[in-house]
Amino acid sequence: MKAESRRKKRLDRSIKVRTEGLYALSSWAEILYLVLPRAVLIFGLLLIPLFLDMYWRRVICAAGIYALLALGFDFLAEFVGLVCLGGAFFIGAGGYISGLLNAYAGWPPFVCIPIATLSGAVISTLILVPALRLRGIYFAIASFMFPLFAVYIIIALSAFGGTEGISALDTLPNQWSEIYLILGVVLISLFGLRRLVNEDMGLILRGIKDNDQAVRASGISITAYKIKAVFIASLMGCFGGAYLSHLYGWLGISLFGMDFSILPIAATVMGGMGTLAGGVLGALILTPLSEALRGFGQLRVVLYCFILLLFIVYKPEGFLSYFQRKYHQFEVWEEV
Amino acid sequence: MDILIYGTVNSVIYALIAVGFTLVYGVSRIPNFAHGSIYVLVGFLTWTFLKNLHIPYGIAIVLSLFLATLIGLIIYRLVLIRLRGLPTSEIIASFAVSLIILEGLRMQGIAGFKGFIGPFYMLPPFVDGKVRILGVFVDYQRIIIVAACFALVVLLWVFTHYTKMGLSLRAIAQDEHAAMMLGIHSDRTAMTALSVGSALAGLAAVLILPLGNITAEMGYKVLIYALAVCIIGGLGSWAGAVLASFVIGFAMKISTALFGAMWESVVLVGTIILILLLKPSGLLGKQKELEERV
Repeated sequence: MKAESRRKKRLDRSIKVRTEGLYALSSWAEILYLVLPRAVLIFGLLLIPLFLDMYWRRVICAAGIYALLALGFDFLAEFVGLVCLGGAFFIGAGGYISGLLNAYAGWPPFVCIPIATLSGAVISTLILVPALRLRGIYFAIASFMFPLFAVYIIIALSAFGGTEGISALDTLPNQWSEIYLILGVVLISLFGLRRLVNEDMGLILRGIKDNDQAVRASGISITAYKIKAVFIASLMGCFGGAYLSHLYGWLGISLFGMDFSILPIAATVMGGMGTLAGGVLGALILTPLSEALRGFGQLRVVLYCFILLLFIVYKPEGFLSYFQRKYHQFEVWEEV
Repeated sequence: MDILIYGTVNSVIYALIAVGFTLVYGVSRIPNFAHGSIYVLVGFLTWTFLKNLHIPYGIAIVLSLFLATLIGLIIYRLVLIRLRGLPTSEIIASFAVSLIILEGLRMQGIAGFKGFIGPFYMLPPFVDGKVRILGVFVDYQRIIIVAACFALVVLLWVFTHYTKMGLSLRAIAQDEHAAMMLGIHSDRTAMTALSVGSALAGLAAVLILPLGNITAEMGYKVLIYALAVCIIGGLGSWAGAVLASFVIGFAMKISTALFGAMWESVVLVGTIILILLLKPSGLLGKQKELEERV
């Protein structure tokens, strides 16, 4: 019997090893090696809108919202161990608060959005607190139920505009402020989160994911840390929701829709779980794709569920991890 | 009296919905988010067989239950088998399968397929008519549901305690490694569990759906009820699931009688949050609180 005679050998590029320390600052090539991927992302995001027409700029705005949700999902799932299937709840909470403040109190969007972001995050966190004592699928189940319940309650009590929602909210002053507001927030959250998960707090959060009993034994309250993590994720989600209601000038129960729960997850899985930037990348690919397929109606959801399924079964590492590997390592086939 | 009888009927309906989900989770630790979608799918399949292909009702039901079993098997064989032991991926994958089925049913315009949209899909009840029990009118379908549920619970109990297959299901649920050492095939058992679970979802569908319309949105509702029952009763616990469905059934019926139908879902959320706060492992959850859930 002839066994497998070749295998793939991966080695780190020497420049990667050299750039790991402070010495990276000593040569332009190494600084460039470190800065290039980040610069491509930042300038790519900031420059794309200049080359698009009105319609596709709107799509980029929507992609930004999904990117925020994907960041939140990735952060909670991979760094805290809470799989949150209820991203729509954050969108709904933020969107409704901001929209109602605008419609009933008449405050301008630039006042409503920050208030809605903060208060929406507080509310969502408070609602998720009882579920935080659960972990794994228990939390997934509990978080999955909340947006659906929110819809039933709004329909049943016909509160806040009932099934029809409230239209004619104030929109943001012009398209450039719209698009750069969301892109700026996405970039800030992305790099802020990446910093956060490498700080002490990130270490504790990852400890909670891997072995929460050990963290407890070290005298750290895991619930307090989970609350903080959920608050951070819901801040991003609620900002997305508040922004969304002013982007379209409309709020309704579709803010709690399944799209906002499933597309960010698909984006994260596609981009690579645990990379944070992967979710942003995935959202920027998936949202235009689903927009191009708008004519197919419900087929869109089916399609991105298929993409999600294919990626999670056959390519669980995702796009970004793949590119990262190519960027940092070279591969050779070697005889065994 | 009204509350007592209809509360019991409702509780039995919730128990019927949740029993398949509990079975799958208890055995294979896979949260089958596709439960609700299989429920709806079986409803539509039976409807199609009955109305479009003019197959007799009994055969149509058997045929769609068979298909449900097959779908459960396929889901496990194609998707979940590759993801065993990765809880996050299991959740996401079964959730994706569920959405594919549910949204696929609502899809329009592919190959002349019109999509199941709108309120005009109904299954006929098995036996028409009503009967008066203690001064309350109850239709026969509800009585059949209650009887079927009790029969099912007894059957499942016999199945899991006295047949070889059922015993192996329980063995895997208790200690996977020990069971594997005794020659029980872990994947095959989980596959059995998933297909039996799907068949149970389908059975619940054909029993319950004659009470109302079939819509694709019901899939989410069914899934929610199954999940709610499991959370309140403690995941993987049979007695807990039955107890929880009675708690939910009566809580919702009483609140409807007192405050009106719109408060139903509020009461359900309230019950779940209360249970989570007071006893995170559920009413009869067997998991040790510290190790498994907290």
